[in-house]
Amino acid sequence: MRRVILAVTGTVAGLVALLSFKSHVPSVPVSAAGGSGGSSSSSTSSSSSSGGQTQTVPGEFPQGSVAKNLPAGETAVDGNVANTAYGPVQIQLIERSSKIVKVAVLVQPANTLHDIQIGAFAFPKLIGETLAAQNGKIDAVSGATYTSAGYIQSLQSALDKRA
Amino acid sequence: MSGGGADAPEGRRRHAEHVMGTVVSFDVPAVAGEPLGDAALGRAVRWLHWVDATFSPYRDDSDVSRFGRGTLPLADCAPELAEVLRACAAISARSGGYFTVTPGGTFDPSGYVKGWAIERAAAMLTAGGSAEHSVNGGGDVQCAGGRLWRIGIADPLRPGRLALVVAGRDFAVATSGVAERGAHIVDPHTGQPPAGLASVTVVGARLPETDAYATAAFAMGPAARDWVEGLDGYEAFAVTASGAAWQTSGFGAYLA
Repeated sequence: MRRVILAVTGTVAGLVALLSFKSHVPSVPVSAAGGSGGSSSSSTSSSSSSGGQTQTVPGEFPQGSVAKNLPAGETAVDGNVANTAYGPVQIQLIERSSKIVKVAVLVQPANTLHDIQIGAFAFPKLIGETLAAQNGKIDAVSGATYTSAGYIQSLQSALDKRA
Repeated sequence: MSGGGADAPEGRRRHAEHVMGTVVSFDVPAVAGEPLGDAALGRAVRWLHWVDATFSPYRDDSDVSRFGRGTLPLADCAPELAEVLRACAAISARSGGYFTVTPGGTFDPSGYVKGWAIERAAAMLTAGGSAEHSVNGGGDVQCAGGRLWRIGIADPLRPGRLALVVAGRDFAVATSGVAERGAHIVDPHTGQPPAGLASVTVVGARLPETDAYATAAFAMGPAARDWVEGLDGYEAFAVTASGAAWQTSGFGAYLA
């Protein structure tokens, strides 16, 4: 189990780097793992709105579900629709042997002015959420300190109740 | 969430204790005992209530309140207060004064005390024989034991949702922001809530410093990124008020 988690960690780190860029141009499916399934790298730090770094992306994300065109051994997992400040966003993860190998965009805002910000933030977040929902294994939640009363509505409260 | 989720496996239990103005959540082996008992969990819970009674700035009769008013000399306070003051002074210097024991103008070391108390509660569980546990003090978490702990980071702009999930072993995760308590952190240099960031999460080995650094980083605003880059053994992730995000160069190692 731990080996799987580590593999996913490396893959997601690669995805975060890739997803830091505009992603609405339909093109060939991208191998999100970037060929390296190893440890995560510091390249994830590029997801900044202020840094202004530019990198080349070895592919773009398919538009729409690719679930019907998958080779044997790959499965598709749809994320929930997330309402971002720019509009609804939904992604689809394609897995092979518990590793994410592709990401498709199912829904994205029509307004493309904010592509960079969406790519830099919303997609990595959605992947994190989708993974969390998929794996369902969060031990605790860190956030700005809640009051004793605020705890009732906190995610941590939900976790404590599930035990 | 899929059904299995983080439900406590056989032999483990969770306990939520209302103390220190928040709720402290324990994830412990069942053998750690009952919160009112004499085993490790009971001792840790009683420790937290002692810290609350001794260090709360909201209780007129606490050592912290009396020391702050000048009516109780340090030598007559609980000896832990001197320990806390030394640690706070070091962190204040390291953060250029963005961490302070007088955040609102009056003496209040709570920004360090909570993380310190939580980490010590976790150490008491270890001393009591627990090999794996986490203690979450109102959103600031100390994890102990060799398993991989997965900690969700609350999204400050979308209550009830996660921004990220981090994973690590024997590590601490602390977040400062405006999400749940409103603008309770001010820039000590201006007296105003810091501009620019919705929340900052700091990851490190031990919660006392990690939590205090998160508080200082949030008070710094955007400058926190370079500051945390210069801290050995700490990484940070932040969500800005506009919904963008940044992270320090080594943070990717914690992405779950």
